[in-house]
Amino acid sequence: MITYKNVCKKYDDVTVVKNLNLTVHDGEFVVFVGPSGCGKTTSLKMINRLIEMDEGTIYIDDQDVNKIDGDQLRRGIGYVIQQIGLFPNLTIKENILVVPRLLKWSEEKCEARVHELLELVGMPYEENAHKYPKEMSGGQQQRIGVLRALAGEPPIILMDEPFGALDPVTRENLQDELKILQKKLHKTIIFVTHDMDEAIKMADRIAFMYDGKLLQVASPEDMLRNPADPIIKSFMSKHVSTLENQSLDLKCKDVMSTDILLITEQKKAMEIMSLMKQKEMNWAIVVDEEKTFKGTISLQNIKKQGELTGVAQDLMDTKAETILLTADAKEAFNRLMKSRAKFLVVVSENGKTVGIITKSIITEKLANVVWGDLDWVL
Amino acid sequence: MAMRFVVQHLYLVCMACLFTAFFGLILGAVAYMFKWIRSFILGVVDVLQTIPVLALLGVIMLFFGASSTTVIIGIVLYSLLPVVRNTYTGLETVDPGVKEAAQGMGMNRWQRLFKIELPLAFPMVFTGIRIAVVTSIGIAVFGAVVGGGGLGSTINRAILIQDMDTLMKATLMLMAMAMVFDFGMSIIEKRLQAR
Amino acid sequence: MGVVDFLNRYGDHLMRAIFVHLQYVFISVGAGFIIAFIAAVLLSRVPRFSKVVIPVLGIFQTVPGLVFIGVLFIYLGMKPITVIIALSIYAIFPILKNTYTGIINVDDGLIEAARGCGMSNFQILYKIEIPNAMSSIFSGVRMSTIYTVSWAVLAAMIGLGGLGEFIYRGIETNNNVLIIGGAVPAAILAMTLGYGLDLIEKKVTPRGLKGGR
Repeated sequence: MITYKNVCKKYDDVTVVKNLNLTVHDGEFVVFVGPSGCGKTTSLKMINRLIEMDEGTIYIDDQDVNKIDGDQLRRGIGYVIQQIGLFPNLTIKENILVVPRLLKWSEEKCEARVHELLELVGMPYEENAHKYPKEMSGGQQQRIGVLRALAGEPPIILMDEPFGALDPVTRENLQDELKILQKKLHKTIIFVTHDMDEAIKMADRIAFMYDGKLLQVASPEDMLRNPADPIIKSFMSKHVSTLENQSLDLKCKDVMSTDILLITEQKKAMEIMSLMKQKEMNWAIVVDEEKTFKGTISLQNIKKQGELTGVAQDLMDTKAETILLTADAKEAFNRLMKSRAKFLVVVSENGKTVGIITKSIITEKLANVVWGDLDWVL
Repeated sequence: MAMRFVVQHLYLVCMACLFTAFFGLILGAVAYMFKWIRSFILGVVDVLQTIPVLALLGVIMLFFGASSTTVIIGIVLYSLLPVVRNTYTGLETVDPGVKEAAQGMGMNRWQRLFKIELPLAFPMVFTGIRIAVVTSIGIAVFGAVVGGGGLGSTINRAILIQDMDTLMKATLMLMAMAMVFDFGMSIIEKRLQAR
Repeated sequence: MGVVDFLNRYGDHLMRAIFVHLQYVFISVGAGFIIAFIAAVLLSRVPRFSKVVIPVLGIFQTVPGLVFIGVLFIYLGMKPITVIIALSIYAIFPILKNTYTGIINVDDGLIEAARGCGMSNFQILYKIEIPNAMSSIFSGVRMSTIYTVSWAVLAAMIGLGGLGEFIYRGIETNNNVLIIGGAVPAAILAMTLGYGLDLIEKKVTPRGLKGGR
């Protein structure tokens, strides 16, 4: 847990961070967003004390960061920057191992860690470990940048506009990967960006800063629906047509995704896998002949089972919740937020499975309705 | 310290730099235009600068005797490098879009070189010449040994008769010369770059 | 007179001259390097000085080596140490300037990343800044070495040997053979040392720093 307590920062006479109070919970993905010069980067860098605060303190798990040696502190916190900053004189492997070596890990442990991390982002060790940074594309380099931050197994990662210098397609990919990584590793991530789209996509909670002040901290959905300040509203609506909360009338029908893979209970594992491959999905919804919802099944589930002779019925997970097609989108929201379920299965009034709502789908659809077509929509 | 030596020194430097600029430009342009001879030209001017000045002057003296000609040739050979290299790089780094546009307008290779590329590369060439001038002022000091005169004579004599006063004056004179040229030319350089 | 005759007559003398010359060069560049390197690292800790430091170094570089030798000759007399101190002073400038600019020019992003990884100032210096400034440092050393070979010729002016002895005596007595006998080895020496340094640089530079960045 990271707690800002009355934190202030001045440069000469200009106060760039004004009395900041914020708590970030373990495993949470918090995005600082705001126009340039709003103090978001300064706020980030005060956590690992690349910038020293003038007043107030920041606690990490009840420990005052000002009472820890700066270098020691930074070795325990991952850090990713926009300029990537891979060391050109070191190989990829050496770059990744900078922090573990500073922490004096044993050689075997270092070796294992590099293998593990490269595998995590699907970059084979043999091919990549001994390359130098300039032999890689920008996107690859920043993947390594993220791995370098993860290498010392820090519970907290700070990211200062990490994808700002990348082209849109690469940025999108890396955002997705980071989101997946975070789910897998449960790191606490604090992320700075000036790009609202990125903030909405990535954040569990967005912290909106303006002129050194924290204007609002809220989940992307809340901030979209109830911006606490006209500045936030205008910042979110750079390329916007209409405003106003039409979203309140939205039904599940309007926000669901119909891009789903339906399979019947008796499908064999082998078949399911090949279907998934065809549709490029790693999960599917299991239904009976009437298309009544029975459960969900993921590629992982199948693989975990080992043998591929089973049928969908035996492999599926029946815990998923359903919601009616005609229910309010708001209800879907609340349930998604509360139950921490990854998705809701949408069923029609006669019980047929018709679609799915995930957190990111609903956010995007909502934004879409509120502001018209945004370029990041699926 | 006789003023005569100062004038002589300036004469050596100026004459040498005229030749350096002239030949340097030509060699740089040739290196740019003709790929097959490029690495030869760039290599030779590079090697010339590694040869000790006195050794170079001594060898030239075999052909031209102890004279200011020897010194001037020596300075030229020694200070070619910055001019040639900057000319070449300047031409090479002219915006490819501009080059293509010139070609598209129907200019041939030489027209492009003289009307477009050289004028655009000129600020960089000028930087090369400035470096060459400042280097030359130092090199000309060696001229005294091979009969070229200049402030080198003053310094040599001052060392031999242990005249600290004259030695310092001559040195300050040299430094002043170098700084005046460096400063004056860098002002012109800024104007050129601003265009 | 052919090469063989020349070597028969002056071979011993030439070898001794080359040896003395090399001694001057190595000792001076070595001493100059140590001083320049330490000074550059210290100076680079206070980057706001750079606006002053670089121009001042540039001015000192315009002082001909002859003057350093001359001044020290007047104070210290005709001793080898005179030549060595003068050449060392002269060797300092290019190395100092290149090391300093090399370190100062290391990308801020790298420094920030290094600090963010928890490196101490000293670790940043020797793991990041110096390796990334290496090619600049090398070109400074190369420049100093070649200049020093050139200026060491002047040692003969105050009677302290080296290859300049051949050149000076040749010029004074109008003996072309002596001039060439001194000039050619001096030129070869300078080129060989320059080439040698290039080779070493190529050997020790990691692949990631080679070629255009």
